[in-house]
Amino acid sequence: MELSIIFLPLIASIISGFFGKYIGDRNSEIVTSALVSISALLSIFVLYKVIVNQYEENIVIATWINSGSLDVNWSMLIDPLSAVMLVVVTSVSALVHIYSIGYMSHDPHKPRFMAYLSLFTFAMLMLVTSDNFIQLFFGWEGVGLCSYFLIGFWFKKETANAAAIKAFVVNRVGDFGFALGIFLIFYLFGTVNYSEVFQQIPMVVDNNLSFLGFEVKAIDLVCLFLFIGAMGKSAQILLHTWLPDAMEGPTPVSALIHAATMVTAGVFLVVRCSPIYEYSPLILNFITVVGMTTAFFAATVALVQTDIKKIIAYSTCSQLGYMFFAAGVGAYNVAMFHLFTHAFFKALLFLGSGSVIHAFKDEQNINNMGGVWKKLPYTYGFMIIGTLALTGFPFLSGFYSKDAIIEFAYLKGNTVGYYAAGIGIITAFLTSIYSWRLIFKSFHGDYNNKEVKIEETHESPLVMLVPLFILSIGAVFAGFLFKGLFIGHGDNLFWAESIKFLEPLSTEHPPLWFLLLTPCLVLVSIPIAYYLFVKNKELPNSIVSINKPLYNFLVNKWYFDELYDVLFIKSSKKLGLFLWKVCDGTIIDGFGPDGISSFIKKCSIKATKFQSGFIYQYAFVMLLGFSALLTFLIVK
Amino acid sequence: MNFPILSSLILLPIVGALFLFFTKDKEGNNLTAKYVALFTTVVNFLISIYLWVSFDQSTSSFQFVEDRTWIEGFINYKVGVDGISILFIILTTFITPLCIISVNNSVKNRLRDFLIAILIMESFMIGVFCALDLVVFYLFFEAGLIPMFLIIGIWGGARRVYSAFKFFLYTLLGSVLMLVAIISIYWITGTTDVVQLYEIGIDVKYQNLLWLAFFSSFAVKTPMWPVHTWLPDAHVEAPTAGSVLLAAILLKMAGYGFIRFSLGLFPVASEVFTPLIYTLSVIAIIFTSLIALMQEDMKKLIAYSSVAHMGFVTLGIFTLQQQGIEGSIIQMISHGLVSAALFLTVGVVYDRMHSRLISTYGGLVSVIPKYSILFMLFALASLGLPGTSGFIGEFLILMGAFKDNFLVAVIASIGVILGAAYILWLYKRVVFGKLVNEDLKKMIDLNRSEYFILSCLAVPILFFGFYPDPLINTIEVSVTDLINTHNTNLASK
Repeated sequence: MELSIIFLPLIASIISGFFGKYIGDRNSEIVTSALVSISALLSIFVLYKVIVNQYEENIVIATWINSGSLDVNWSMLIDPLSAVMLVVVTSVSALVHIYSIGYMSHDPHKPRFMAYLSLFTFAMLMLVTSDNFIQLFFGWEGVGLCSYFLIGFWFKKETANAAAIKAFVVNRVGDFGFALGIFLIFYLFGTVNYSEVFQQIPMVVDNNLSFLGFEVKAIDLVCLFLFIGAMGKSAQILLHTWLPDAMEGPTPVSALIHAATMVTAGVFLVVRCSPIYEYSPLILNFITVVGMTTAFFAATVALVQTDIKKIIAYSTCSQLGYMFFAAGVGAYNVAMFHLFTHAFFKALLFLGSGSVIHAFKDEQNINNMGGVWKKLPYTYGFMIIGTLALTGFPFLSGFYSKDAIIEFAYLKGNTVGYYAAGIGIITAFLTSIYSWRLIFKSFHGDYNNKEVKIEETHESPLVMLVPLFILSIGAVFAGFLFKGLFIGHGDNLFWAESIKFLEPLSTEHPPLWFLLLTPCLVLVSIPIAYYLFVKNKELPNSIVSINKPLYNFLVNKWYFDELYDVLFIKSSKKLGLFLWKVCDGTIIDGFGPDGISSFIKKCSIKATKFQSGFIYQYAFVMLLGFSALLTFLIVK
Repeated sequence: MNFPILSSLILLPIVGALFLFFTKDKEGNNLTAKYVALFTTVVNFLISIYLWVSFDQSTSSFQFVEDRTWIEGFINYKVGVDGISILFIILTTFITPLCIISVNNSVKNRLRDFLIAILIMESFMIGVFCALDLVVFYLFFEAGLIPMFLIIGIWGGARRVYSAFKFFLYTLLGSVLMLVAIISIYWITGTTDVVQLYEIGIDVKYQNLLWLAFFSSFAVKTPMWPVHTWLPDAHVEAPTAGSVLLAAILLKMAGYGFIRFSLGLFPVASEVFTPLIYTLSVIAIIFTSLIALMQEDMKKLIAYSSVAHMGFVTLGIFTLQQQGIEGSIIQMISHGLVSAALFLTVGVVYDRMHSRLISTYGGLVSVIPKYSILFMLFALASLGLPGTSGFIGEFLILMGAFKDNFLVAVIASIGVILGAAYILWLYKRVVFGKLVNEDLKKMIDLNRSEYFILSCLAVPILFFGFYPDPLINTIEVSVTDLINTHNTNLASK
């Protein structure tokens, strides 16, 4: 039964991908959605067993690589951590499958799209259920591949193709770090299986390595390498540039891959490796810093974007930052909790925005929307729920998880912790502002679209609304219901061995004023946003005109793309051209084969000139030689 | 003595070639000749499969050995296989029939002669991989040049003569030194029998020079940076089948030679020159990947990518780690399949449009979807995606390299990023995007034989990606033994 969770999506993908032509669009949609839904139900059942019976299992499917001391199996590990991920992945995936039936109804390549979605689900499941680092890497690259396919799904769009390649290559930069991490683990422990590696960790804690002349702790290096991988996949600052561009893909893809599942793989990796990270306070602090920087950076950029999907993409980036700094302060279970709730409300927001885009006939600019909340009552309602949950409105899911993150950062009690908590609160406020900006600009105010008449906008079909409804239930209740289980204070009963805490998490509570600060800011931000973006629209414009440089800085996403273009893309192209034309062409060929052959040619031309056929020349040379010989003999 | 199975593998293609030689050539598509050649090579493939099945994986000693005196007291015709060589033989017998099926459109004239060249080439390649006498090895190694030289020079593109001579001069120059080295080995030890040489070893004071002589030959054939510039030219001008043979099999002779001779015969020198190999390999990986990024000609791009991939191979061999060497062998097999497939995919569009320039194409996916899917698979295998054979090789090599030298592994890993960049960019420009060029609309999708060939290559690429055990089990004992002997030799010296 457990195996069918993984393989049903694969079967679905094969059926739809290879036989979609024969069974028709509708059937491939039904088959893929049904099989993934079954897989989702089975996952929920497995999670139930894990919660109630402490069920754990490590199923070996087959051997994979078996070279020398390296021994890798295809396997399925079920423990609390993977069970939670199973539920998140399969349930969001099933809903997205169903939603796509409606969303992609005008697309000519439906079976291909469904096949990619199912294949992605399979790869993601391989990732989360692996019991070793190499299968994890398989899933890791597999989801990257499916993401590449899906971002570039509309292959005629030049921007989509460029975004797809960018996503793959930037992820490869992360994977480069990840792979080095795996090599180092194999070097240190002689194995790549989690259980064996984790067991041996205490023995290598004090080992040092010399890296480029520096003495570093081996554990720190392992953690750093693995985290580079996580940064790539989870779009953390420096390696985040692919995520906003990835919005070129169809919206259901953004919901599934670039919000709920794939991008959280990095967080999952850090949590999965908590037995390693616990021994490396240095890298944990680094993770905290990266996480909070990302959270803040992405939130500032989201403030000024005008593309509805890009706003949500930056918001995802920012929330992932929250998860990382939770993990960084050692609250892995809280990071998982936020991952869990985030999956629901972010998927809801994306699918909701898809519904808006659908209503406006593929318009994504929020400046060209507005005033349609009465026309799209359900979508509007779901979007409001998603926004409330995201901003951490009291008693919705985001409230529990995000506030817990800020609390634990505070409770960490060191400089980095306080700093992180502070940034966390500011970012929460910014989050609230940009989220409500999105809502007010796209649903309230005047109707601003010139191409589609307001009468033509329409509510989405039921097949799109039902998944939204289910997700909104999750967004409302997931926090409240699972709080005790995921982050219940003091006991670590649920997570058992799957998350390791070297020292138990603090069970104290921060002061009351601190607890109330974030919810208050969130509440206050709603009227502020309403005033700025509906009541007094001139004010934002005048703020912009006063702070033009800052605005440009934010609109251009802190100029990361431009910087990378100069630093990496243009320079490697130039270098490539130089190596080709100058090194290979002029130097190697010039002095090598071409040079030698032309040199020999020259010599032989010279040599042939000697044989001119004129007697007087020969006689002259003879004379010269004869006199030289004579001179030589006489002198001697 | 048992049935001489290896000799029959070597001789059968020659028999086929002789038979063809005495038939009359027809104009155009000479089907009879094609069937004869195909029949010969398929039988050869079946024999090699039989060889693999009856091969004993639990021992590292040479099997199916044949030993006949050729010149009394000097050269013995000695052949045999161990776990390492048998895979290359199968690769050879597997690729050759596919090449023969593929020569539908690319070769317009003198098809019979072309097929003869291919058959003779197959025979020589098998000879290289099972020769157990240095002189025999040398003869096969050099003789293999001639059919390739003719294939490029006669059936090649516009600049074929330049390319053919460049190819010939480069490779011959390296080989002359190897010949000198082989003769000196005979004078030093009194034998050219590889098995005996393994046992008695070669005096340390000669090893460095001899190693360099062998290296000069293998480095050109691999090809390693900076003696790689013949490869792009040769590939660009060669007809598709020629490119396939060149990339899939000819390049593997050098990698095989490094393992069998450089490591086996000169353990001390190998240790001394490891830094040299590392440096050149890393340069090859990074430089040629960057060069590949900028290519406008599809074949040239794949040729440069071959140099980068072979850089991984040489890197892995000299790590002298179990994972490194096994990775190198798997990488060679995988590269044999993948590069063959990529050259064939280029051949498919070249046959239709007569252009190798990337800018000619764009938007192919809407015209020829089947082709696009297979091309995608091969591109992914080339960039080393997990689940394809390319991953297993590359990953094991880097794993081994990491154990031996941290920095080298880190730099080489950067090549993996570049590898994704150039191949995906190629794919994007050829297959995705809008269909601008009107002529492309008339293109027809893969025909039956093309579909068959590419599928034949796709299946093992995927199969060995998910289940590399058959490959690893075959080489495991031989590689372990190689490393052990190497280490004891090193310790005793």
